[in-house]
Amino acid sequence: MSRRHLKKKYEELLLAFLRLGAEDQLYSAQQLGKWFLRQNVAPEDIIDFHLAALEHHVELSGPVRASFQLLTEVMIEYGIAYREHLFLRDKQQQLESEIEVAVTMQHTLLPEELPAPSALDIGMISVPCKKMSGDYYNFLVRDDHTLGIAVADIVGKGIPAAMSMSMIKYAMDGLSGCAAFPAEMLCHLNRVVERNIDPSMFITMVYGAYDLQEHRFRYAVAGHEPGFWYRSCRKELYDLEGSGLALGLQCDSTYEEYELQLEQGDLIILFTDGVTERKVGNHFLRRTELKALIMELIDLPCQEIVDSLYRKLLNLSNHELPDDHTMIAIRRTK
Amino acid sequence: MNVVIDTKQVKDGSVLYVRGEIDAYTAPLVSKQLLPLVTATDSKTVSIDLRHVSYMDSTGVGMLIGALKASKQSGCQLVLENVTPRIQRLFRITGLSKIIPVKPLGGEED
Repeated sequence: MSRRHLKKKYEELLLAFLRLGAEDQLYSAQQLGKWFLRQNVAPEDIIDFHLAALEHHVELSGPVRASFQLLTEVMIEYGIAYREHLFLRDKQQQLESEIEVAVTMQHTLLPEELPAPSALDIGMISVPCKKMSGDYYNFLVRDDHTLGIAVADIVGKGIPAAMSMSMIKYAMDGLSGCAAFPAEMLCHLNRVVERNIDPSMFITMVYGAYDLQEHRFRYAVAGHEPGFWYRSCRKELYDLEGSGLALGLQCDSTYEEYELQLEQGDLIILFTDGVTERKVGNHFLRRTELKALIMELIDLPCQEIVDSLYRKLLNLSNHELPDDHTMIAIRRTK
Repeated sequence: MNVVIDTKQVKDGSVLYVRGEIDAYTAPLVSKQLLPLVTATDSKTVSIDLRHVSYMDSTGVGMLIGALKASKQSGCQLVLENVTPRIQRLFRITGLSKIIPVKPLGGEED
């Protein structure tokens, strides 16, 4: 619609209001205001419309006419701020759509589905606290009866963490020959990360190789809380031992390997610190509390364990998710 | 922001007293005060007193690692003092206590 037409529309509305003084015209003015906003009409232009309409129908005194000049000047500032707002809104929409693309891309870095070896029940949950996650998990399925399982936390959140995830994914893809050798896997990954990451960033990871024939789980730890081992014969949950420097801290880090022999019904639980680092009421979640919560769910299928625990923890922490939450549970079923 | 930082000059260096929580929001504030200290040419030792730090997440550890790398370049030694058991555990798990001297406050890790 042309400026002339807008002016005319405003003038008709003003005259109708001055003549009738009815609510209808006020309602129409509200609608017109919204329409002006959509058409990006500046506030100073509306004052101009108002003055032009008055001048057509009312004799204005000099001071009244002059006062409009002052009002226009003031409204010009509002107009500049409004146009700036529109510009920023467009930028934000553009940024949000770029982030959506990045989120979709990030999903392609994670396994599409869980492996389903006949002797294992596997459950997995990974929930980002923001749009993009700093948690990474991977399964390496090999022909030599090895299932490689990685859980990692990239320090920091949001886009920088997500970008580092692609580095880990592609490095692991190139290291499938080390899938059965956890310490070696972490050694190689550490060198890649150390060379390519910002000095204040690092990645923690637990990597384990599950031997599907012998039911041996060998793992190594790089600055990551190793997790739990449930022994069904004792009906007890044990802390997995292990420590090692996080990836990216020192170029020559070496890692120790640990080994578990799983019996039927035994469970391994791996997770990121988003599971443990959370406030419950006035205190931080204690390890004993987490273990008790897991033990309440221990007989459920693995997917139900990780899903139910997530919901329980969310309820306990007032539905706040301060960090990305990832947990993998693996049970020997046969 | 839930952190208070004070610095004190001592012989051969300085002590940074931190009080509150060190996370993604407050770690940059600590870093802003810490980096000039560890890169100062006349600074031989910088201690960070963590006695009153109730919480630290991995972003805090990342900030300390950034400061450690900067301190190595300038020849300054970074020391973490009065570390509470909970944070001591974080430093042990991430391996930070293997590369930065950590003096614990005492008590059992949670």
